[in-house]
Amino acid sequence: MRQLQMPGIYRIAFKLLVNDRTKFAALLVGITFAVFLMIEMTSLFAGILSRASATVINIGASIWVMDPSVQTVANTIPVPDYVLDEVRSIPGVKYAVPLYSGAALLKLHDGTYQAANVIGLDDSSLFGRPQLISGHIENIFAENAFIAVDDSEFYKLKGANIGAQFELNDHRGVIVGTARVISSGLFGVPTLYTTYYRAMQYIPNSRFTISYVLVEPKKPADVAAIKRQVAAAGYLALTKDEFIRKISAFYKYQTGIGTNMLIMTLISFIIGLSISGQTFYTFILENIEKFGALKAIGAKGSELVSMILFQATFVSLTGYGLGVGLCSLVIWLARLYLPDYAAMVTYTNLGLAFIMVVVIASISSYFGVRKVLTIEPFDIFRG
Amino acid sequence: MSSTAISAAGLNKWFGEGEARTHAVKDLSFEARFGEMLYVVGPSGSGKTTMLSMISGILRPNSGSVRVEDTDIWSISDDRLAQFRLHKIGFVFQDYHLFPRLTTAENVAIPLILQQRPWDQALTEAAHDLEIVGLKGRADLPPVKLSGGEQQRVAIARAIVGRPDVLILDEPTASLDGDTGRNIVQFVREHILSEQRCIIIVTHDSRIYEFADRIMKMEDGRLTGFDRGELDAQ
Repeated sequence: MRQLQMPGIYRIAFKLLVNDRTKFAALLVGITFAVFLMIEMTSLFAGILSRASATVINIGASIWVMDPSVQTVANTIPVPDYVLDEVRSIPGVKYAVPLYSGAALLKLHDGTYQAANVIGLDDSSLFGRPQLISGHIENIFAENAFIAVDDSEFYKLKGANIGAQFELNDHRGVIVGTARVISSGLFGVPTLYTTYYRAMQYIPNSRFTISYVLVEPKKPADVAAIKRQVAAAGYLALTKDEFIRKISAFYKYQTGIGTNMLIMTLISFIIGLSISGQTFYTFILENIEKFGALKAIGAKGSELVSMILFQATFVSLTGYGLGVGLCSLVIWLARLYLPDYAAMVTYTNLGLAFIMVVVIASISSYFGVRKVLTIEPFDIFRG
Repeated sequence: MSSTAISAAGLNKWFGEGEARTHAVKDLSFEARFGEMLYVVGPSGSGKTTMLSMISGILRPNSGSVRVEDTDIWSISDDRLAQFRLHKIGFVFQDYHLFPRLTTAENVAIPLILQQRPWDQALTEAAHDLEIVGLKGRADLPPVKLSGGEQQRVAIARAIVGRPDVLILDEPTASLDGDTGRNIVQFVREHILSEQRCIIIVTHDSRIYEFADRIMKMEDGRLTGFDRGELDAQ
């Protein structure tokens, strides 16, 4: 069987590149570092955005009804009770339940205070309840019962195992179970689940108490009509994905986080472009007479261009792989020691970094190609 | 194969425009034959390198024609001309222009690789030609580990590995001491020159004139005559 072999000119190009170890290392370091920074920055941002929508993800309702001024899930604007009744009366609504989401200050058993996020689930359905790790869900109806979420903030409750007690606004609270959720919250506070009724009793509230009305449509086709009817009543109904996008848009465009991350990513791109572009161009310049000699010997311009593109592609892909690996390693190590570390490598991050690496490789090789195409073999003879 | 390897007729080349125009080669005509070693000599600025570039297909003349064997080289496309050079003309550059990051054998194999020869076969043939130029056992060394004379031999091996009909050497002794330079040219004369090959050497080095069949003299862009043979200028 005939062995598949790399064409000779690419082997020459490969050896010219990797045998110049100093420049090859500089190119790899430049691109690897740039890819690492780009993915790290965008992963951090993705992690922050994901955590910002933690409640929406964890509760998992199909449609969220809210005040139109709500920007994020944490920034609740309570709606009147009649909204719940009105939503329930819309044709196409399978069921609708209230949800309480708010902040509370806990006094722990050792006398210290700890802020917490309290989720009050509909008493009759417990819609959106988390998956329990310990305890039984029916115990949530017991006196003063709360379920603690065992996420990265759980330790702040200082041993919130079943039976642990705390004070909440002069009310006694008892942990009756621990649970796991899909996503931890953004703000570094523990989360407690209880019933909607108890949340209203224990936490001081404004006149209206329902944070969100959670809706399940009878069928997907009913979603549009439900949204129209809710809008007609002066409120906003968003699907789960739309709500997550709205929250992301808020952090991207209405806080400094998105801009700062974008600037850091651009800086990473410029660093990568500067290091690899400069090094690659120097590499071409150092070999320019040799490329001229190749031209004199009989290499076609297209062959020289393909050699340079091969070199740029090889070093870029290698640097990209190393950068992705390094970033994954750093995130893994960071999570070992910092449970709160909010970084999430997504296909979008990887794709964005890949596009930027392709741009770096293209710009770097463009100048090299231009130089090689303009070298005249006659100049080699002239010295 | 006719006995004429290269035939140049009415070659003119100038650089620049207007008052800055320099007429580097003026109405130059000559023939080089198979089986001969033709030297081109003359003072600096006499147009030797320009002439050499035009007859080897790397610098287009402003007027005149060049035939290498039966091909009018300046009437074919750039890509075909590159292929023509690759198969018909071997170059030995003054500064050798060997790739320091490749082994000696890989440097020599470059013309064969450009001819799409399989890698292993190209390296085998390159090693064989390194033996021909007296560098057996040096195939895996980088050129920088070799002496100046040895690097010159590597450049010669690279020039002949594709078995070209015309071999062009630009100042082959310029970077070498007297004895090494003489040895190199003597070696080329005895081992590389054949009845099927024409060798043209541009040189200033009068110590190697004894190896020439003919010496073509240039001055101020013009052919001024031949030594050691009849005057062929038309």
